[in-house]
Amino acid sequence: MDLSFSMLSDPELLRMLADGVATTLRLFAGAFVCGFSIALLLSAINLAPSRIVRAVIALYVEYHRNVPTVVQIMVWYFGMPEVLPQAIRLWINQGNTEFSFALIALSLNVSAYYYEDIRSGIKAIARTQIEAARAIGLGAMQALKYVVLPQAVRYAVPPIINRSLILFKDTSLAMVIGVTELTYQVKKIENATFQTFQIFVISTLIYLAICLLISALGAQVARRYPANFKS
Amino acid sequence: MMDFLHTYGMMFLVGSWPNGQVGGFAGTLLLAGLGLGLAFPFALLIGIARTSGIRSVKTVATIWVYTFRSIPLIMIIFWAYFMLPVLTGMEIPPFSTALCAIVVYESAFLAEIIRAGLESLPRGQVEASRAIGLGYFKTLTSIQLPQALSNMIPSLLNQFVSTIKATSIVYIIGVQEATFSAQQINSIELTGTLRTYLILALFYFLLCALLSRLSKVLETHLYNRRMGVAA
Amino acid sequence: MIQFEGVNKWYKQYHALNNICGEVSQGEVLVVCGPSGSGKSTMIRTINRLEEIQGGTIRVEGRDVADSSLDINRLRAGIGFVFQQFNLFPHLSVKENIALSPIKVGGMSRKDAYALAETLLEKVGLASKLDEMPANLSGGQQQRVAIARALAQKPPLILFDEPTSALDPEMVGEVLSVMKTLAADGMTMVCVTHEMNFAREVADRIWFMDQGEILEDSTPESFFNAPRHDRAKKFLADILH
Repeated sequence: MDLSFSMLSDPELLRMLADGVATTLRLFAGAFVCGFSIALLLSAINLAPSRIVRAVIALYVEYHRNVPTVVQIMVWYFGMPEVLPQAIRLWINQGNTEFSFALIALSLNVSAYYYEDIRSGIKAIARTQIEAARAIGLGAMQALKYVVLPQAVRYAVPPIINRSLILFKDTSLAMVIGVTELTYQVKKIENATFQTFQIFVISTLIYLAICLLISALGAQVARRYPANFKS
Repeated sequence: MMDFLHTYGMMFLVGSWPNGQVGGFAGTLLLAGLGLGLAFPFALLIGIARTSGIRSVKTVATIWVYTFRSIPLIMIIFWAYFMLPVLTGMEIPPFSTALCAIVVYESAFLAEIIRAGLESLPRGQVEASRAIGLGYFKTLTSIQLPQALSNMIPSLLNQFVSTIKATSIVYIIGVQEATFSAQQINSIELTGTLRTYLILALFYFLLCALLSRLSKVLETHLYNRRMGVAA
Repeated sequence: MIQFEGVNKWYKQYHALNNICGEVSQGEVLVVCGPSGSGKSTMIRTINRLEEIQGGTIRVEGRDVADSSLDINRLRAGIGFVFQQFNLFPHLSVKENIALSPIKVGGMSRKDAYALAETLLEKVGLASKLDEMPANLSGGQQQRVAIARALAQKPPLILFDEPTSALDPEMVGEVLSVMKTLAADGMTMVCVTHEMNFAREVADRIWFMDQGEILEDSTPESFFNAPRHDRAKKFLADILH
């Protein structure tokens, strides 16, 4: 078995690798932002007095937490085009179809988890904070926006970081529908060079490095914005 | 719909058995169950090592845990697929390959659950045990583990649910489990992919949601029991 | 200023407030005392509708607080409320805690609101803590900030729900002294408290409550020197040991 790392000097291969990393990061960042935004939106919508609304949200969360992520991606990529209106299909096909569906699937998936984390954060805040907010005249929405959510997010930081790491690793699942992220490129490079060991080592190190980076960043955020608010 | 389920129901549930290997959800449960079961002894050792006072032991265990929690399962599967024949000199069937990958992957997560379980015991338990003359290992086996393990049961169940979802990716190396069955059905049917994948999702949903519900019930039960035990 | 007309409240089967009737005039300081579970906290919280009532009417400045046409948030902004546990917003600085309501409910500009916060902090003796975070303040300091926050919308009326009960003894004095200043300035105040000396010095009226009813409604002199009800006598004996 050839163990030379000569592939590292081949610019073509390096470019393929870099593309893979770039796509992985774009998918991760996109899903993080979209997922978190959706989670915040759901938190606000869940305040509605309608029992139906809350049941729908509960179903949404249960679906995305109990169905495997790769199956969710498959449902979107293989299944949804059947039912999506023509206009949306055209719009998605304009960009990179595979990437778009993977992004949608991952965003919705992670949003359910972030929503639950935020909700736990909200529950952790004493009722008295909400009372104090109401006592000075803030409305329900204002109380949520200025008093509850800023505090809830702090409590939610550790579980959100945890889930973000899982999201990052889940980007690799997008390869099954042909998204050219890191793992997909690894397979491509393996097939081209047969230097399986080398490319596996390199990509494993890349995944390790980025995961550790995310953990470290997360720890920084948790330290700067601690749940007990001591400065 | 009912016709569809009638025709393919067994394929979803048990794959091509009895005319071939066990597959479908039986395959999924087999893989997940065996995976966790075999990983448990390793995880126990690693989890205990994580709480050890010996610096070198703790470091090795920490590295193991951080490494295998930072690599996507799909990469570990590719590693196993590549390395196992090299290491053993034999052809390894896909099921065994996937099993090895899952054992390694889950060992890291289970180790963390065990570590958390051990660390959640009141410090006084260990102190009292030392005070009556029990050494490190006796304390561990007679006092710490019995209590910690029963407290961990909900977390272990949750991890089982996680593992079930994780097995959905192993179809790519040809392991016959639920998602593989869905792919096979699609290659037979060629249309109605949304329906096929939604039914797959439904099966996973029912299985995982039920197990999660069980885990919550156990958690409440254990909480109530615990409040009377070691306060 | 405040009128209670036959107010009743139930928590499921439990009759928490039983036919509460009474009045608080403008500029009056009312102290409400009684044993635990007597309903005093519940009663004070019905004034700004942190608790709802099932029977009777409560009027503030002549208007029924349960009136559906009333903007509940404006009502609450117009009534100051000080909690036993201070309940400052930990993620906001002292200045931001005080300015929050004037900005978001009162529509004041940020600059004016912060200037107002500074004035109010001076009034409670904490001018130097303008940009401090609540977690870094002592209990007594936090409660004084809470009082400043309650004053931010220039309410004609302030409610105090056991403001010193959660404080270490050495910090009770600083909070009571702020409350005395407010009383001297002519503020209408309702205080639920165990601080009997404060009551003796500052209160214009005292309500003694037990088991959801007002058993005594009199001046401090007559309450402390000649309580009529047996339970009031027992309460005073216990508390003034």
